[in-house]
Amino acid sequence: MGPFLRDAWLVAERDLRIEARSRVVLHQVVPFSVLVLVLFGFALDADHRTLRTFAPGLFWVAVLLSALLAVQRSAALDRADGTDTALRMSGLSPVALFLGRATAVFVQVVALQVVLVGGLLVLYDVAVEDPLLLVVAGLVAGVAVAAAGTLYGALASGLGVRETLLPILLLPVLAPVLIGATRAFDDALGAAAVDGWSWTGLLAVAALVLTVVGASAHGALVED
Amino acid sequence: MTHVGYLVAGWGIVVGVLGTYAVRLVRRGRALSGRVPEVHRRWLEAPGPAGSEDGRASGA
Amino acid sequence: MGTTTGTAAGTRDTTGSPRSRLLGVVTLLAVAVLGVLAFVLTDPDVRIHPTTGEEFGQFDAVRMLYVHVPLAVMTYLAYGICAVASVGVLVKRTPWWDVTAHAAAEVGTVFCGLVLVTGSIWGRPVWNTWWEWGDVRLMTTLVLFLMFTGYLALRRTTDDPRRQARRAAVVALVAVLDIPLVNRSVEWWENRTLHQRSTIGELKIEDLTLFTLFFGFVTAGLVLAWLLLHRFRVGWLEQAALDHGVAAAIAERHAETDDAEVLRSVGERAAGEGTSGDGEPGS
Repeated sequence: MGPFLRDAWLVAERDLRIEARSRVVLHQVVPFSVLVLVLFGFALDADHRTLRTFAPGLFWVAVLLSALLAVQRSAALDRADGTDTALRMSGLSPVALFLGRATAVFVQVVALQVVLVGGLLVLYDVAVEDPLLLVVAGLVAGVAVAAAGTLYGALASGLGVRETLLPILLLPVLAPVLIGATRAFDDALGAAAVDGWSWTGLLAVAALVLTVVGASAHGALVED
Repeated sequence: MTHVGYLVAGWGIVVGVLGTYAVRLVRRGRALSGRVPEVHRRWLEAPGPAGSEDGRASGA
Repeated sequence: MGTTTGTAAGTRDTTGSPRSRLLGVVTLLAVAVLGVLAFVLTDPDVRIHPTTGEEFGQFDAVRMLYVHVPLAVMTYLAYGICAVASVGVLVKRTPWWDVTAHAAAEVGTVFCGLVLVTGSIWGRPVWNTWWEWGDVRLMTTLVLFLMFTGYLALRRTTDDPRRQARRAAVVALVAVLDIPLVNRSVEWWENRTLHQRSTIGELKIEDLTLFTLFFGFVTAGLVLAWLLLHRFRVGWLEQAALDHGVAAAIAERHAETDDAEVLRSVGERAAGEGTSGDGEPGS
């Protein structure tokens, strides 16, 4: 188990180091996600009460749209300079490769969420009622988004139409995550009277299913 | 009968779409059949009179 | 459907076979009988309220359910076949499973679209809305439809067939495994469903109503079988045409020659390839 996790960490570290040096997510995806929040503000009128009510849903739509960009970026890294071939020849297990990539995407999605929560506080004037629930639900949903995103990013890579295909493949699969995470945030931000913890439970099941399926299906995708 | 408009629309769309889809499948099948030797069309029970020799030759 | 008569060569250039033609005839008959059952022999859903004596129910809108419910069940069956075939693709890796999965997904998506449309048209008079966001089955079916729209889009990309087979199989399996999650989440999301007891459960089920619904299942099953069979054969032909690498050349000639001539030219070209070695582009 030791070397296996070390391999996964090696891949994650590599992806994160590339991001730290290229700053594509920081300089492009993060501004995009904030832009989405601003656009929602324009579209929905500058009424704080309306924005507060819809803040959780808008937050998660912004996260999903931005995560799409992060996933495409992550998949593009491996296509450049024949890296995918090199990784395949390296003898890393597909599961370790998947977990490594997913971890890197997870870190980026969580970073996006941190920025977006800041955006909600400043732009939408929301108040956090249950910080623990907010953090746990955000992390668990982040796992689900990262797992599904990594699997579908690998799947759509190498196709000429990747940019247009990825959203229609990935977003329907994330529908339950969107519903669950929005409801959990409804509770955490006091936007609606629901039981956020049971929704977090559903998110955890989704995260588990998507991670297990992603890890086991990844082998079928990378070996060709 | 009540709701005649809804019923005509609903059933009409179902029959229309399935019929169109079926006709398109048959047409596609005919267009493709001419390009594939009969030995590769497993649902034909025996090689036909036209092109059975050619079919075998191309399979070799 | 599939019943053609003509020259010997013309008859053979179809995806039909004697058995599939029989199936086609039986299917058409079943559709006709279902139409008679649904529109002539069964009564509208009219009930009398026990205390007030008012008439209520779905009236004639109930006749939509004889096509909507069977199509819905066959949609799930088709996607189930697609999921099983996708497992077959990943385990066995033969084209047969791949063509089956593709056929089931395409036919299933046609059915699924019709289920959504008929349900919406039925819901307008009965639920008084074209679309009900809180309904579990409606939302689950919609997400399923969207997932398989993506699946078919993936199928349309030009990729190495074996790689595409595996990618598509993964997408189908993720979609099917994700569906229970979608279902759970929508059910919790709006903890009310218009579907369950308000429709089938509360219908005034008489013998003939029940029989018509049952006959609807049989008919939809026959339609599914016929479409799957022919879609499979079309898919099989597509793969065979690719394998032979003569598709383009033949299509060119097909425009200007009759079928018999085309068949002869297939043989000549293919035989020529074997000896000369400098084959067609793309072979």
